[in-house]
Amino acid sequence: MSDQTSSFAFVRTEQLAPQAPPAAAVGPVKWVRENLFSSIPYSILTMLALYCIYLILSGFLPWAMNGVWNTANIRECREILEGATGGCFSVLSERWNQLIFGVAYDQSQYWRPTLAFILLFIAAAPVLFPALPRQMLIFTGLYPFLAFYLIWGGTILAPIMVLVGCIVGYLVYSRLVSGSFAAGFFGGFAAAVVTWWVGGYIVGAIAPEQTMLSAVPSREMGGFMLNMILGVVCVSLSLPIGIALALGRQSDMPIIKWICVIFIEFVRGVPLITLLFVASVVLAYFMPPGTNFDLILRVIIMITMFSAAYIAEVIRGGLAALPRGQYEAADSLGLDYPQAMRLIILPQALKISIPGIVNVAVGLFKDTTLVSVISMFDLVGMIRGPILSSTDWNGVYWELWAFAILLFFVVCYGISQYSQWLERQLATDHR
Amino acid sequence: MTTLTDPPQESFRPSMLINDTRYRSYTFQFIALIVLIGAIAYLLSNLFANLAAAGLNISYGFLHEPAGYDVQQTLIEYTSQSSHLRAAWVGILNTLLVAFLACLTATVLGVIAGVLRLSNNWLVSKLMSAYVEAFRNVPVLIWILVINTIVITMPAPRAYRGETPDAEMFLGLIAYTNRGVYIPAPTWGPGSGFVALVFLASIAAIFMYRRYAVRQLYDRGRDLPTFWPSLAILFVPTLLVYFIMGRPVGIEVPALQGFNFQGGTQIGRPLIALWLALSVYTGAFIAENVRAGIQAVSKGQTEAAFSLGLRPNRVMNLVVLPQALRVIIPPLISQYLNITKNSSLAIAVGYADVTATLGGITLNQTGRALECILLLMLFYLTISLLISAVMNVYNQSVSLKER
Repeated sequence: MSDQTSSFAFVRTEQLAPQAPPAAAVGPVKWVRENLFSSIPYSILTMLALYCIYLILSGFLPWAMNGVWNTANIRECREILEGATGGCFSVLSERWNQLIFGVAYDQSQYWRPTLAFILLFIAAAPVLFPALPRQMLIFTGLYPFLAFYLIWGGTILAPIMVLVGCIVGYLVYSRLVSGSFAAGFFGGFAAAVVTWWVGGYIVGAIAPEQTMLSAVPSREMGGFMLNMILGVVCVSLSLPIGIALALGRQSDMPIIKWICVIFIEFVRGVPLITLLFVASVVLAYFMPPGTNFDLILRVIIMITMFSAAYIAEVIRGGLAALPRGQYEAADSLGLDYPQAMRLIILPQALKISIPGIVNVAVGLFKDTTLVSVISMFDLVGMIRGPILSSTDWNGVYWELWAFAILLFFVVCYGISQYSQWLERQLATDHR
Repeated sequence: MTTLTDPPQESFRPSMLINDTRYRSYTFQFIALIVLIGAIAYLLSNLFANLAAAGLNISYGFLHEPAGYDVQQTLIEYTSQSSHLRAAWVGILNTLLVAFLACLTATVLGVIAGVLRLSNNWLVSKLMSAYVEAFRNVPVLIWILVINTIVITMPAPRAYRGETPDAEMFLGLIAYTNRGVYIPAPTWGPGSGFVALVFLASIAAIFMYRRYAVRQLYDRGRDLPTFWPSLAILFVPTLLVYFIMGRPVGIEVPALQGFNFQGGTQIGRPLIALWLALSVYTGAFIAENVRAGIQAVSKGQTEAAFSLGLRPNRVMNLVVLPQALRVIIPPLISQYLNITKNSSLAIAVGYADVTATLGGITLNQTGRALECILLLMLFYLTISLLISAVMNVYNQSVSLKER
């Protein structure tokens, strides 16, 4: 044995240590080679992209970094800049209140919409995040009345009376619903309407002259606040209406089905702007002579109709995507139509439709800027109207538009990221 | 032995209208119909009461009265003496023009961005997602106004004047001013019709050649090249005829005369703002549709095609694209519909589309709000119903033929 080994010149007895990989195949270099310069066309693309980024940054950075934040008007700002590149961001700090709250809203009352805005997050949290304690939903239920009282002010009895009407309606509904859903629904609805009707007289009779929060007329709403009000109110109102329309469109009853189909197709076929024109010039013709109700309310009605039709189509997609077996299983359990819908069909269909609904909500929030066309002063209306036409800030375009873009981007991107997160949470199918 | 018999036929009782599912739906529909008719009657009675109180009536006679206002950019002949109906037609054509242009550019932009977003190049795909997210999440109205502002801050025509002008025309052909962009226009000399005819004929010849190549491939197994011959057929005959006929087709370059550019074609500022904004905004949505469509083709399809020995471009053309298009085209068509509807935002930058003429100036001048808005809605409804009809036909033609 030992002879044989000695006959070889050299035998390595231990294993070689592994060599380090070539420098080009490891670490950041490898990443760059694979992801940026894997072939000649890709390298050209990368260079082009780098050039684009350079162009954007070289224009944007000096403008943003060299900005002026505290001058009273554009002339002072230009004096400070002395011809150098830089943004006059002082328009934002000087006109901040106008951009956010509009021109007319009373300065001393700014805390009210601000508080309503902060409370909105607390109210929305339990709806958005299922992990939070369910008791928080009570606050969510109270929030609409609270927010209305905070923003519009006036007598506190009015929102309380509306709330009482809702509670009475719910009590009647829960008493009657064991008999049949239809009886419960219509009974509850009738009870609520009766309460509001009676309550209207009572509030009118006993409302005090002096109220704790002064009443703010709707035409004083403006700025980004108006976009938020329209967006939040219209999305939350259009969701139930959209569900009802979608169910109506799937219904076996031809008359109800055709009413829903015509409504949905009509609203989806025309641009929102024409509906806003209807709100601003035509709707008054259809009201009893002498009535004169708020432009903001008319706009809310129209935008709600608009988004309800879109949400209905999204939910119809969800309903159609459910396997037929789910409907048949509900039937075979002996559930009637409302029970089957509430317990089996809608929970699944709504889950499927969440991304679509969020898309509609984002689109709707973006579309609230259209009210500036019918001369309401939302964020875009404020920028185009009072601010750009003022002598102080005539000519400060980019700072204002950048602010508007940033504001909308943050909100809409946030919502869409939330919807992607929720989709992952709700993905119960095993892949 | 028992036999099943039908339960004895019950006689109809009124309570069955509520409690019996067979009749209940009739009750509901009847109630719904009554409520609907009642609501419509109520609204109409209000309408007639209001109209009577204001001394108005519903009539479309105003359409034939002279409009009395000017429109900047028109495709058909129009003067301020033309009727309101003519103004509405001008608006309709302008709407269709901007919608058509925006559909074209948005598709190109969207396809490029969607494909690049899937690229393995990290930087490019990140840049494309930044584009998509930035434009999707900001209202289109803001983009229209921003691009309008960009055009406004371009040099005025007088900047092109003098020995050392402040601004120069791009390649000596295109002038961009704060009033719009001036591009060269073709001039048609005698004999240019023949050149155009040859050009159209060579386009037809390309299709015939391609069909011939496919037939050769299927029947004989001969794989003819298609790219270079197509290019040759497209250009060679047309250029030959162009020079033989003595160069009848020329271009007219815009030139500065007085305070403004003359000659060439002017693309007005509002049209540019609307066109570009709608293109980049909708392009971001189309990019997402394209990406989703390509990702919807399962990886096994690509792998199967490769294992058959197909080359990469054939895999794309023959296997991936036909399947991806089935997913891409329906949302693409509804994006076209969105462009058409969003073009109504023209009113914000003063482009004379149908919303601005019929629903804007005509409405304000005549005070016929009801009639104008009704006509406006009818126009948009017709367009959207037409587009959804096209979509239905397409969906039926590409739907998977199952069993």
